[in-house]
Amino acid sequence: MSVVLGPPRLVDVTPGGEEMRRRGRRRALVRSAIVAVCLLYLTVVLLGPLVGIFLSAFREGLPKIGETLTSPDVRHAFFLTFEITIVTLLVTTTFGAVTAWVLVRHRFVGRRILNALVELPLAMSPVTVGLACVLLFGRGGWFEPWFTARGIQVIFALPSMILVTIFICIPFVIRSVAPVLDELGTEEEDAARTLGASTLQTLFRVILPNIRWGLFYGIALTTARSIGEIGAVLIVSGMLKGQTETATIYVLTAFEERMDAEGYIVALTLAAISIVMLLVIEISKRRKIKEVMG
Amino acid sequence: MTTNAAIRVQNLTKRFGSFVAVDDISFDAAEGKITALLGPSGSGKSTVLRMIAGLETPTNGRIWIEDDETTFKSVQERRVGFVFQHYALFRHMTVAQNVAFGLAVRKQSKADQARRVDELLDLVQLSPFADRFPDQLSGGQRQRVALARALAPRPQVLLLDEPFGALDARVRQDLRHWLDGLHRELGVTSLFVTHDQDEALELAHEVVVMHEGRIEQMGSPTQIYNEPQTAFVAGFIGSPNVLQGRVAAGHVLVGAHRLPGADHLEEGAAARAFVRPHDVRLAEPDPEAAAAVEARVDRVSTLGWLSRVMLRLDDGQTIVAEIPSDELIDLTEGTTVAVDLRRAKAFEAEPVGAPAE
Repeated sequence: MSVVLGPPRLVDVTPGGEEMRRRGRRRALVRSAIVAVCLLYLTVVLLGPLVGIFLSAFREGLPKIGETLTSPDVRHAFFLTFEITIVTLLVTTTFGAVTAWVLVRHRFVGRRILNALVELPLAMSPVTVGLACVLLFGRGGWFEPWFTARGIQVIFALPSMILVTIFICIPFVIRSVAPVLDELGTEEEDAARTLGASTLQTLFRVILPNIRWGLFYGIALTTARSIGEIGAVLIVSGMLKGQTETATIYVLTAFEERMDAEGYIVALTLAAISIVMLLVIEISKRRKIKEVMG
Repeated sequence: MTTNAAIRVQNLTKRFGSFVAVDDISFDAAEGKITALLGPSGSGKSTVLRMIAGLETPTNGRIWIEDDETTFKSVQERRVGFVFQHYALFRHMTVAQNVAFGLAVRKQSKADQARRVDELLDLVQLSPFADRFPDQLSGGQRQRVALARALAPRPQVLLLDEPFGALDARVRQDLRHWLDGLHRELGVTSLFVTHDQDEALELAHEVVVMHEGRIEQMGSPTQIYNEPQTAFVAGFIGSPNVLQGRVAAGHVLVGAHRLPGADHLEEGAAARAFVRPHDVRLAEPDPEAAAAVEARVDRVSTLGWLSRVMLRLDDGQTIVAEIPSDELIDLTEGTTVAVDLRRAKAFEAEPVGAPAE
């Protein structure tokens, strides 16, 4: 046994060195086993499908990929997804930032309820959201006569698809901006005002630069979610081929129509976009944490 | 409107719901002078300052800055410089950008901005730090940047909210002396809020003592220190001993001690006497002296040049005396000394049920 600094040995009630070493080894083994199980789990569950999609997409070679991605249906599907995402981003970012500001800076009756309500879309199944939209805007719905009278097609068309995506994405910007705003406090805003800055100058020169990473994080989450959304959009879209078919819906129908290769290729493209978004989210999250910490 | 009042506050009141933060106060801050709003936390002093700046809206009352009524003007129109306790520097801007902010939002030319920023960074001795960010500076440096930023647009008055509150004792001292020097140089009317009596007495020309939303006393630091007008001021300034007693023939009776100066109090009423530790005189007991009142020494601790003696009076109340160590007579624990408490100031007893300080 090596000599180590420790309490003088009076009565030998502690396990001997050999026993200690054995216990240490066992503990290390258990720890490695846990790490191994986690890695295996993540590999199978996360990487497995990704690799599967990757291999399937390339099965029929690069030309097939080029051909699929340039086909009118696929291009239209991506364009539609893009359109929905852009409008969703504009709406949820603007209103989200304002809502976060109202929730953090103001005390009013019903604030707590509103605060909880913001998270409703996270708790609700997208299918329910889609159905609710159909109930409101579909045949016999509350708002249907008003829109029909003005010749606006809401359901089974772009407006309803955008509407449900916005609904589902409401929480992201609010929930990522609110804590940053809260942490920021009002002193810098007050300081800007005493220095003569108008409300708009305060917003653009002081508040926005301070919450930019929180805002960016929310935007990244919203983008990822609205690109990947299918449940609610599927229900309100009516799945009209070449008209209301987003990228995710395209993947779904491709398999139903036994166009597996096309399905895999579009799915892989979506996965690639997700990975890029994931990186963006990760980076902005770190910056956001720095922002909150000050 | 008389001139030489740079800030005038009249009947100012602020209520938050049913809570009265500021209760009908009026005072002037003289042109070119430093005025201190002194009071414990929750006394409403910061609220007063924020109302003068326009950051809070008064429930009642009026405010003038440089003879110009600003009660209903926006923050931006008031042209005040405001220094916050926690600096409130723009963390995403450099020191130079922070100082230039007030000029940039007023659309001054870049050249003018640069000239003014140089001037002010020179003034606060931070020129080498122009391109640093606030989180790369120490607390004292940050507060100097905040001061430069507030002064840059040439405000009519400078308002400082606990400007040294977030700094440690040593830096606080240094910055206090530095600010005093700066004020002598610039002469800008300044109103600052503090809970630290030393700060107020040392820096201010005029002190306004606030307590529970009201003004307790206004006056020069000497007046505030030597002639407290209310029990609160007597108890707040100079960390005095408080002795409970009863009024008898114009004196406060504390055990066998008869403390003078209670003519204004009702005979037989409960009273308080405040005596500062350094106003307690000690002497060898003299059995010949008619008014010999004695106390027992509980403990003696020496803090270098100053010694602190804990004494117990005959009725069990304890007081602290501070005397220069070289005047320390033979005081050991358990000995008896003659105590002179003639410099105590008598006030009515605390009303029953009053919140503790």
